[in-house]
Amino acid sequence: MTFFIASSPHEHSRSKTSRLMRLVIYATIPGIFAQWYFFGWGNLIHISMAIFCALLTEFTVLSLREKPNGKSISHQLFDGSAVLTAILLGIALPALAPWWITVIGAIFAILVVKHLYGGLGHNPFNPAMAAYVLLLVSFPVQMTNWQPPLSLMSIQLDFGNTLSTILTGYTQEGYSVAQLRTHVDGYTMATPLDTLKTDLTLGLTIAESRAGMIFGDNFALGWEWINLGFLAGGLFLITKKAIHWAVPVSFLASIWLWTLGGYALAPDINAPTMFHWLSGATMLGAFFILTDPVTGATSIKGRLVFGALAGFIVVMIRNFGGYPDGVAFAVLLCNMAAPLIDLYTKPRTYGHLNSKNNTNNENKTTNTNKANKANKANKTANTSKTTKERN
Amino acid sequence: MSFLNAEYKEIAWQGLWKNNPGLVQILGLCPLLAVTSTVTNALGLGLATMLVLIGSNATVSLIRQWVPKEIRIPIFVMIIAAFVTCVQLLMNAFTYGLYQSLGIFLPLIVTNCAIIGRAEAYASKNPVKQASFDGLMMGLGFTLLLLVLGAIREILGQGTLFDGADLLLGDWAANLRIEVFHFDSKFLLAILPPGAFFAMGFLIAAKNFIDTKVAERQPKVEDKTIERVRVNFDAQ
Repeated sequence: MTFFIASSPHEHSRSKTSRLMRLVIYATIPGIFAQWYFFGWGNLIHISMAIFCALLTEFTVLSLREKPNGKSISHQLFDGSAVLTAILLGIALPALAPWWITVIGAIFAILVVKHLYGGLGHNPFNPAMAAYVLLLVSFPVQMTNWQPPLSLMSIQLDFGNTLSTILTGYTQEGYSVAQLRTHVDGYTMATPLDTLKTDLTLGLTIAESRAGMIFGDNFALGWEWINLGFLAGGLFLITKKAIHWAVPVSFLASIWLWTLGGYALAPDINAPTMFHWLSGATMLGAFFILTDPVTGATSIKGRLVFGALAGFIVVMIRNFGGYPDGVAFAVLLCNMAAPLIDLYTKPRTYGHLNSKNNTNNENKTTNTNKANKANKANKTANTSKTTKERN
Repeated sequence: MSFLNAEYKEIAWQGLWKNNPGLVQILGLCPLLAVTSTVTNALGLGLATMLVLIGSNATVSLIRQWVPKEIRIPIFVMIIAAFVTCVQLLMNAFTYGLYQSLGIFLPLIVTNCAIIGRAEAYASKNPVKQASFDGLMMGLGFTLLLLVLGAIREILGQGTLFDGADLLLGDWAANLRIEVFHFDSKFLLAILPPGAFFAMGFLIAAKNFIDTKVAERQPKVEDKTIERVRVNFDAQ
């Protein structure tokens, strides 16, 4: 009988990148299902196109790059990270956006945002959101033509019609996207957030605006269920310990705080918290995008600050900004702030003094912070590599 | 002909490629990124910068014996500002449309670090002829970079080339406009400043790529090494 003495660490983490990514992909299913139920096949078509383009780009870049020793490309290609990026992008795109929007977005996300910065675990920005912002800034017309939920549409939109609209811009009967978005009484319908913003500039109060049919009976017709779907998926991820609770909780609490203040002071021009929680990309951002281990903050305190900052920016953009929804911009701005947040929320090492009390370790702090960041990237996003090597 | 001297060749090579103000020194990024949305704007600003650079380099070099070290920077700035004012007035008079589209970036040439950098690093230490040639070459390198950047952004952004060239070159140049492809919606990012950062990043990457390829092609100079014989007495 032999007794092996393994060296530390004795606790081996089983979570590989591909397993983690697969879990997150499964968790998007309820939200995507709600999206399919209310907006039809559009997003599913965009998701599949985005996955195809992302994998193609990933394959091209990986074959150009230096090969990891002894490993084939397919190991990195199918670790799920590119697929997840593509899925998140496909969810975020308007259902009737033309096909080239997805192609440009997926290629940009993988090629520029992910691989030019060094590949998996090295990207400072969330690829899906950076691609979304690129598209939103470049093609505002195509990126804002969200159709109303299917139940409000006067023209029936089945799979064939959706596909032909995405590919050619017209349905099989020859209706354009603008006609699809027009209600029977001749109004073009937009998303609840967009409608609210426009109505406020027209002098309507929140209550008057929310009487419109696009808001449905509760908060935002269709969107509330999509957001609840992503909330369910996010709670599943938290119970599975795939994501940490700190970021979503502080993000949603921050939105609650700022919108509560606004609603309490001026309910005519500030929408209530539940509307902000259940419309737009709030839940998707809270549980699936801000929780990205690579681009977010590291420590728990840092994550709380990170989420709170994101929530603040979202509320500011929604209330005062030029765009109806601000989650993507908030994510990018917080990604930029993450290294700074990490610097000031460095947890105290056991047995050491608080770093603030030491006067002459300015350089040390930045160095350890960098090391932390690299460690984190390796551990959380790139575990596959380390575990593989260990085996 | 002293023009083909090795010294002048080296100056030209430095300005155009090896030490290009935009690609290598990364100087003057503010106008570089702001006005290169079309080839015409790029050419206009490039020419203006080049004229100022030649003039300031020559003048700084002329008076380099009499300028006290302590106050050289204000003097350089005043010389540059004088040339910028001349160029600005000229453009106001003869190419008014371009003058308007360049806007604030024309007077801002005064603060272009590429110009003051050349005055400080080269012109204040070298004779007039070399200094003005250096100004010409640095300006040419900068203009060429602006042109390439402008062409990339104009093609990506609106699918044309030389759009609005008549603003700079007179009415005949309206025919220069080339429509490369027609697109229903403009690719706004290429026209907006982020597009300039992306294009600039790719251009620098391309330059580094070419440099590494050239370096790989070079035959390796083998150092003469003294071969040592290791004598190991304990060997069995």
